[in-house]
Amino acid sequence: MKDQTRRIPASRQREKPGQKTKWIGTDMKRVEDPRLLTGQGRYADDVSVPGMLHAATLSSPHAHARIISIDVSKARALPGVVAVMTGEAVARLTGPLPCFSNPPVEQRCVAIDRVRHVGEPVAIIAAESRYIAEDAARLIEVEYEPLPAMNDPRKAMHAIGEGVLHPARGDTNVAMHRNFSFGDVAGDFARATRVVKRSLRWARSGAQPLETCGAVSEYDSATGKFTIHVNSSMYNYVGWLLAVTLGVPVHKLNIIPTIAGGSFGSKLFIHKVPVISAVLARETGRPVKYLEDRSDNILACDHHGSDRFYDCELALDHNDKMISMRCKVIDDYGAYFQFDIGHHGNALSQITGPYQIGSVEADITAVMTNKCQQGAYRGFGSEVSNYVMERMVDAACSEFGLDPVEFRRKNFIKPEQFPYFIPTGNLYDSGNYPAVLDKALQMLDYDGWRNKQKEARKEGRYIGIGLATCQERSVFSATEFWMLNHEAGFALTSSPEGVKVKIDPTGNAVITLQAPFWGNSPETMATMILAEHLTMDPANISVTYADTDSGIAGTGPGGSRFTVMVAGAIVSASQVIRKKLFLLAAHLLDADPSEMELFDGKVRVKGRQGAEKSIADLAMMAHFFRLSFPDTPEFDTGLDASCTYDHPLTTMPSEDRKDLGIFYPIMGHMCHMPVVEIDVETGKVKFLDYVAVHDCGTIVNPMTLAGHVRGGTAQGIGSAIYEEYKYADDGQLLNANFADYILPSVNEVPPNVRVGHVVTPSPFTEYGIKGGGEGGRMGAPPAIASAIEDALKPFGVKADFLPLTPAKLRGLIRQATANQ
Amino acid sequence: MRTQKVELTINGTTYSGHVEPRMLLSDFIRQVARLTGTHVGCEHGVCGACTVQIDGKTARSCLTFAVQAEGHDIRTVEALGKQGALHPIQEAFWEKHGLQCGYCTPGMLMRAEEFLASNPTPSREDIIEAISGNLCRCTGYQTIVDAIEHAATLLKSQTAEA
Repeated sequence: MKDQTRRIPASRQREKPGQKTKWIGTDMKRVEDPRLLTGQGRYADDVSVPGMLHAATLSSPHAHARIISIDVSKARALPGVVAVMTGEAVARLTGPLPCFSNPPVEQRCVAIDRVRHVGEPVAIIAAESRYIAEDAARLIEVEYEPLPAMNDPRKAMHAIGEGVLHPARGDTNVAMHRNFSFGDVAGDFARATRVVKRSLRWARSGAQPLETCGAVSEYDSATGKFTIHVNSSMYNYVGWLLAVTLGVPVHKLNIIPTIAGGSFGSKLFIHKVPVISAVLARETGRPVKYLEDRSDNILACDHHGSDRFYDCELALDHNDKMISMRCKVIDDYGAYFQFDIGHHGNALSQITGPYQIGSVEADITAVMTNKCQQGAYRGFGSEVSNYVMERMVDAACSEFGLDPVEFRRKNFIKPEQFPYFIPTGNLYDSGNYPAVLDKALQMLDYDGWRNKQKEARKEGRYIGIGLATCQERSVFSATEFWMLNHEAGFALTSSPEGVKVKIDPTGNAVITLQAPFWGNSPETMATMILAEHLTMDPANISVTYADTDSGIAGTGPGGSRFTVMVAGAIVSASQVIRKKLFLLAAHLLDADPSEMELFDGKVRVKGRQGAEKSIADLAMMAHFFRLSFPDTPEFDTGLDASCTYDHPLTTMPSEDRKDLGIFYPIMGHMCHMPVVEIDVETGKVKFLDYVAVHDCGTIVNPMTLAGHVRGGTAQGIGSAIYEEYKYADDGQLLNANFADYILPSVNEVPPNVRVGHVVTPSPFTEYGIKGGGEGGRMGAPPAIASAIEDALKPFGVKADFLPLTPAKLRGLIRQATANQ
Repeated sequence: MRTQKVELTINGTTYSGHVEPRMLLSDFIRQVARLTGTHVGCEHGVCGACTVQIDGKTARSCLTFAVQAEGHDIRTVEALGKQGALHPIQEAFWEKHGLQCGYCTPGMLMRAEEFLASNPTPSREDIIEAISGNLCRCTGYQTIVDAIEHAATLLKSQTAEA
C-alpha cells in the first residue's frame, strides 16, 4: 500500500551503503573476549565494597493473599543480622517502582498488605553474609489470609471482588482492553472468497540468562547520595526514575553499570533489585549487595515473556491473496503492568508480516493474574505475532490445498514497493523477501528434502520440513511506549543514543557508550565503526561505559536498535573529530582543510606527496600545543566529541490511532527452514537440518551476527518445544528451577544451523545497517511449528499451541491414532 | 554460626579463611580467594557455570562444601592463560566465537580442558556429549563445539612442537 497521505521523513543517512570498507563487514574477533575468557569480566556479583553487607528476601509462598501480620523479632535477634525491613518500613523510605503504564499499576519492591504472586518479596534482610541473611528470612513469621488465586486470564478477566488483584484500579482484572482497526476490515472480510480461522496459544517462557539480576548500593549520608552498581541497561535513559522511587533528587543517584551475563531483554531496566539494595544501604549505613538467586529470578524477575490466547481469522480473495486479518488476543500480564501493552506495539509494527495485507484488526485484552509480571524477552511480543501470522498462513495452505512456498511468494510485498506502509501506519524501510526465500530454498535443497521425506515415510519415519518467512522490526521509537494507551500519559518521543569519543594525546581513542555489554558485542561493534571512519587501528581503540553522573543521552540495547544507533552517534562524533584533525593538519601543513583526507591513520593533503601528519602527532598538538595555532576558538585544546543520534525515521501517531505513525521501521526479514524428525513413540523432536537466512541490511560483523542468529534460534527452540513457566491452579510455579524449567542443552539444538544472509541495506541508517539481535527467536518458533505439523501430517496433528513438548506431542499422536 | 579454619589449594596457591562448615566451595573461591572467574548460575548443580576441577576432575563448586575440598588440588579458570598469553582452549574460543556473554565460559573451559586431556582427537559427537551438562543461553552451542574442535587441533600442534 503506497499511501501518499502518509509522510516519509527525508533520509538522514550520511554514510552510504555499499562503500568499500576495511573493518565493517569483517569477522573481527571480539575485543570483549580476552577478559571474559580469563574470568576477569567483572559482573554484578564480582563487585565488592569494603564493609559490604549481603541481602536476602523473604518471598511470598502464596500467589494471592492479604498480609495480616509480620513478626521479624526472631530474625532481627539473629547474630550477624543488621537490618530486617517489612514492606511498611520500606515504604517509609521509598515510593512505588517505575511503571510505564498509564494509569500506573502500583508495584512496591517489598509488598505491603497484599502479595500478588509467589516469590514476591515480603521482607528484606541485610546481614554480614548471605547465609545469615537467608537464615534470618526463615525466622520471619508471616500470617497470611489467602485470596482466590487467578491462574487463567480467561477466568481472571471476569473475576470481581476478592479475586481482583488491584482493587484500587477498579473491580476488574482487565488492565486494558483496546480494539485497533486499520483499513476496511469489515469490507475486506465481506468480499473475501475464503476465510481460515484458528485458535492459537503462545505459552509463557522467559529469558533466564545464566546470570541473575544484582546490585551493590551505597548511601553517603554526608552528601545524601546513592551509588548503585547494577547489571541493568537503560540506566542513562530511565535510570533517574530510581531516584524518584528512592525519594532523592535525580543528581543524588549515580548508577554505575556492570556488564551482564546475558539478558535477552530481561535486564532491560532492572528496578526492584537496585531499590532493595539501596533502601537497605540507607537503613544500615553500609554498602549492601543484593543478588537474586535462581529461584528469585524465575519467580520474581519482573521479566516473564508473552502469554497469549489468540482467536484469528485470515481472509483470502479469489486470487489466493491475503486481504485482511483480524485477531482477538487475551494476554496474561501477571501481577503488574510495568510496560503496559508495549508488547502489542511491537506486534503491531509488523503484524501483517512480509505480506501485502490491506487491513487488520487487533482486539487486545490485557489481564492481571497472580504470576510474575511480563517484561522483555527477545522479540518483546512481536515474536508471538510472527508465530500467529505464519500459523495462519500455514493454516490457509493446509485448509485450501495451497503450496506454502508459492502462496507466500505470491503474497510478499515486492522489492519495488518499498518503502512500504503497512495498515497500522508503520513503515517498512526496505526489503527483498523473494531473494531471502530463494536463498533458503536453495541452501536447504528443499526439493531434495521433500524427496527424502517421501522415502522416509515409506519406512515409517516422520520427517517434517518447516518454513517461516517473517519480520524482524528493529530500532523502536519511543512513541510506542504510550500510543496504545487510552490516555497517552507521558508522551515522550526521544529514544536517543549518545557516544563520547576522546582521542588521547598519543592518538588512541576511548569510546564511551551509555549502556553496558549484556552479551552482545558493543565494544567490538563500536571499535569497528570508529576504526572505519577514522582509519584507525582497532588495537588503538578502547570502549568504556558511562555511569549516570558522566553519561549523556542514551537508551541502550533493546529492540535490536543498538548497532544502528551507536553507528549513527559514532559517525557524528567521528565527523567532529575529523573536522578538527583536518583543521589542525591544514594549519601545520600550510593547506586548506578542504584539501585534507584521512588515510591509514594519517591526515594528508590530497595529491601532495609527503604532506601528512599522523593522528597521533595531531592529537599531541591538539592537547598540548595551543600556541602553535591561531587564536580562534576552533583551535581550542583537546580532541573529543560527544554526540547524540536520534531515531532516524519516526513520525507521530494520529489522534484517533487509526494511524500509529512510523515507529519501528528498520525492517529485517528472515526465512527459517528446519527439517525435523519426530519419534512418534516418544514425541522427541530431532533436527536433521536447519537453514536460517536473514536480511539485516549491511552487516557490521558477520561472525557475531551469526552468533545472534544461532543463539536466538536456540531460544526459539526452547520456546517452541521445551520452555514454559507452569503455574498450577493455586498459582504455585511448578518448575521454578533449571532441573524442571528446561533450557535447551547442546542435545536439543541442531548440530549445524546453517546461516545465510541477503543484504538489503536500509536507506535511512548509517551504512544501511539494520538490527539483527532478536531474529533467531522471532523466526524459529513458527518454523518449528510448521515442521512439526508437516511431519505429523499423516496424523492430522495441528501445531496450534506452543511449546510442543515431547509429552504433549505424544499425547496429540495418541489422540490422533485413537481417532483414526 | 560456628566457623572453622579452612585451607584450600587453588591453582597452586593456599588460601585460608575462617568460614562456616556449610560454606560452598563456589563461595570460598569467589569470596575468600577472591577468584571471581568462577560463576554461579543456578545454584543447584544443573547449569555447570560454576564448574571447577578437583584433582583433575570437573565438579560443581555450587554443590560442594569448601571443607570437603581441603587437601585436594582445585583448579579454576584463572589457572588457564592470562591476558596476552591465552591457553590454546581460550584462544580457540576467541577464534571461533565460542562465547557471547561469557558467563558460562569459565565452566565450559574447565570442562573442555578435562575432556581434551582424556580425548585429544574428539569427534563432534564426542564434544557434544562432553558438554551436555553445561548450559549456555547465548550461543546455541554450535560455536562452542567448533571451539573445542579447534582447541584439539591447537593442542595437538603444541604437543608436536614440544
